[in-house]
This record gives sequence, C-alpha cells and structure tokens, in this order.
Amino acid sequence: MMSNHGKRLTQGQFSFLPDLSDAQITAQIKYALKNGWAVNVEYTDDPHPRNTYWEMYGMPMFDLKDPAGILMEINACRKTFPGQYIRVTAFDATRGWETPRMSFIVNRPEHEPGFGLVRQEVGGRNIRYTVRSYAADRPEGERY
Amino acid sequence: MEDSARIDLRSILREANVQDVFDQLDRDLVGLAPVKRRIREIAAFLVVSRARSQIGLEAEPPSLHMCFTGNPGTGKTTVALRMADILHRLGYVRTGHLVSVTRDDLVGQYIGHTAPKTKEILKKAMGGVLFIDEAYYLHRPENERDYGQEAIEILLQVMENHRDDLVVILAGYKDRMDTFFGSNPGLSSRIAHHIDFPDYSPEELLAIAQKMLEPMNYCLDEGAGTALREYIERRIHQPNFSNARSVRNALDRARLRQANRLFEAALGNGGDTAVETLRTLTEGDIRASRVFLDNPPQKAPVEARTPASTR
Repeated sequence: MMSNHGKRLTQGQFSFLPDLSDAQITAQIKYALKNGWAVNVEYTDDPHPRNTYWEMYGMPMFDLKDPAGILMEINACRKTFPGQYIRVTAFDATRGWETPRMSFIVNRPEHEPGFGLVRQEVGGRNIRYTVRSYAADRPEGERY
Repeated sequence: MEDSARIDLRSILREANVQDVFDQLDRDLVGLAPVKRRIREIAAFLVVSRARSQIGLEAEPPSLHMCFTGNPGTGKTTVALRMADILHRLGYVRTGHLVSVTRDDLVGQYIGHTAPKTKEILKKAMGGVLFIDEAYYLHRPENERDYGQEAIEILLQVMENHRDDLVVILAGYKDRMDTFFGSNPGLSSRIAHHIDFPDYSPEELLAIAQKMLEPMNYCLDEGAGTALREYIERRIHQPNFSNARSVRNALDRARLRQANRLFEAALGNGGDTAVETLRTLTEGDIRASRVFLDNPPQKAPVEARTPASTR
C-alpha cells in the first residue's frame, strides 16, 4: 500500500483530480456564494489529517456577491505562501448546519513527501499507530 | 473577418433589454436631460464596443469608472443604481448590485486598519458597482498622515487591475470634486466619464412631488397644488436647499400636519372620517410651513428639525 498516492495530499474535495484552474476555482466559489456560504482562505505547512484548524489568510469574507474578490485573496495568499498548502472553505451558517460545506485545496508545495506510519509496540503485543508528516520534522516555515 | 460582413447592433440592444431601462429612466426620473443623454451615449458606446469585440476588433474592455457631480438631492444615487442595472444588462458587470459607501466605510481608525477595510468593501463590490458618496472626504489635505490617501491608493490599484470586475462611481459636489481631482491626478485620469447633474426647475420639483405622492396614495387638492408650487419657489432661494430631498421633507411634514389635523377633527366629531380626506393633503397642510413666514429668520436653518417647530 502506498500512503502517499500520486505524491499528493488528498484532503477535501477534488483532491484526487489534477489541480483546479482559476476558472474552475471561480466556478466552485460561485456555487458557494449562490448558496449564501461565507468563503475564506486558509493556509498551513502542517497538513496532518488531524490538523483541522489551518491559519486563516486575512479575514473571513461575508456578504460577497462575486467570486472575483475571493480569487484576488487566493492569489495574494499564493504570493505570500507559495510553498504551503492553501485551501478554500465555504462555511454554512444556517441553523442545523453551522459547519464548512465545502473545502478544497487550491495550492500545494512542489514536493510533497507525504506521511509515515509509526508503529509503537505496547504491553501485550498491542500496537499503537501514529501518522507523521515527513515534512513536519523541520521547523515551521521551512518545511516545504 | 471580411469588411462586407454585417453585424446587427439592434439585436445586441434588444438582447440586453436596455430599451426597458431607458424607458424606465425617462418615466421615473423627472428632468435631468443632460444626464439621460450621457447615459444613452455611454450605453451606445458599450453596445458598439461589444459588437466590435464580437468580430475581434477590440481587445481592451472600455474603462467605465464614472464621476457624478451635482448639488444634493439631484438624483446621483438613484442614477447610480440604474447605471448598475444598465451595465449588468450590457454584460459589463456580472451581478449588477450597487455597494454604496462613504469615507467611514473605507478609511480605518489606526495604522494597518485601512487596507483590510478598503479591500473588504472592494471585494463586496466586485461584480457590481461601487458608489463612493462625497468622495472628496477621502483626501484631507490639512493632514498629510491621514489614512484616506492609503484608501485612494488601494482604490486606484483595483480600478486599474480589476477593470472588468467592478465599476467605481465617485459622487459629490462639483467644486469640491474638482479640488479633489486636482490633488489626485491619478484618480482623475482613470475616470473616463464625468457627468454633471443640474439643479431642478420649480416645475420639475412639482412633478417630482407628484411622483413621490403617487405610490404613497396621497393626493393634493387644488389649493395644495398651488401652495406647493409657491412653497417650492420660496424654498429654492433659502439656504440649505437640497432639491428633491427638500421636497420630500416638505411632503413628509405636510403628511404629519394632515394626520394631526384629521386626528383633532376626529376627536371633535366622534371619529367619523371619510376615506377621501385620509388621502388628501390640503392647502392648510402646506401653508403651515415656516417657509411661508413673511420674514423668515435669516440665520437659523430653515429645514425644520422637529415637526412641532414648523407649526
């Protein structure tokens, strides 16, 4: 089994597909805005699957009518953090949902080493598993 | 493309349904002939450049940023709203919504506050029209560390780089706008269309008053019509006159007086009121205004603050 399929991080929507073009990203954001979801841009260099909370780039964007403003923000984030993971999430504030309804990666580092599985033997020949990112050995900001 | 090839301008115009907006403009807005002419010119220009781009003659989208100058109450905001609609129908903005802001919405309170604030507004306006009312307040020449300059710079950058994403309309008084452009040549050169809104004549104001009363289901009786005309003629020469807005305020106060009059009458005769009297503003309702005083106070603001003081 290969844990790093295609040498690519697979998290969120469309992550098994080739990278989305700007036009495709715009179309997705348009769908989110049509549903009245608040879109924001997040980035991280620690893509561990349990790292739910990425850093938010700028402020969350409420009451937008058009995807152009968000694409502007995505491009600004790409320029600031070219070698990090950037994702776009769309938050649905409707009562009962109150959760991100969409989340997809729009930028990834050039080289993605993936994750290693650490097996720890504990009492009674039990095994505990840990997933760790190869890149996370280095300090923050120097990982990719 | 051969030179003999023909393109049907009228079909573009028809597709965009612009004629509807023109008719509506003519119907709903009294006067403003030069403004309407300019809007038609701009629309014609857009239709032609659309046709040109269809046959590959034009690459650059035209610059559509505008500046509306005129005295208060001359309909700048209303026209901006229509403009957003026209541009949307012609396909030059994607959603056709209008975001109306003033200095407070763009300029921050402290260092580093302005850029995110301005950008947030710009992002909200993308796909539509950004209307900046009293834009000259962005520039404060007496304070060179004023954050307004930062807002102007961000605005300029977006106006230039996102020309097909949003249209910026600046609005304000003519003379102050001229000074503003004088000190910000970069801004002036990026605005292609300067539209000047003339003041209304008394006849036009009277027509506006009628148009305002119609949807509210009020009508003026014969005496009230003449009284209102007289009111407008007097009001024009008084300070703080703001065209249609003054007329609206006068009507609002007349409605208040009418309500008061009917109420007192109802108390007297046991509450029996005809439907027609509920609809009608009488001469007395209008003539009670302070504008009709023979020697109005010269210094005090004529625009009354509370209805009680107009009595």
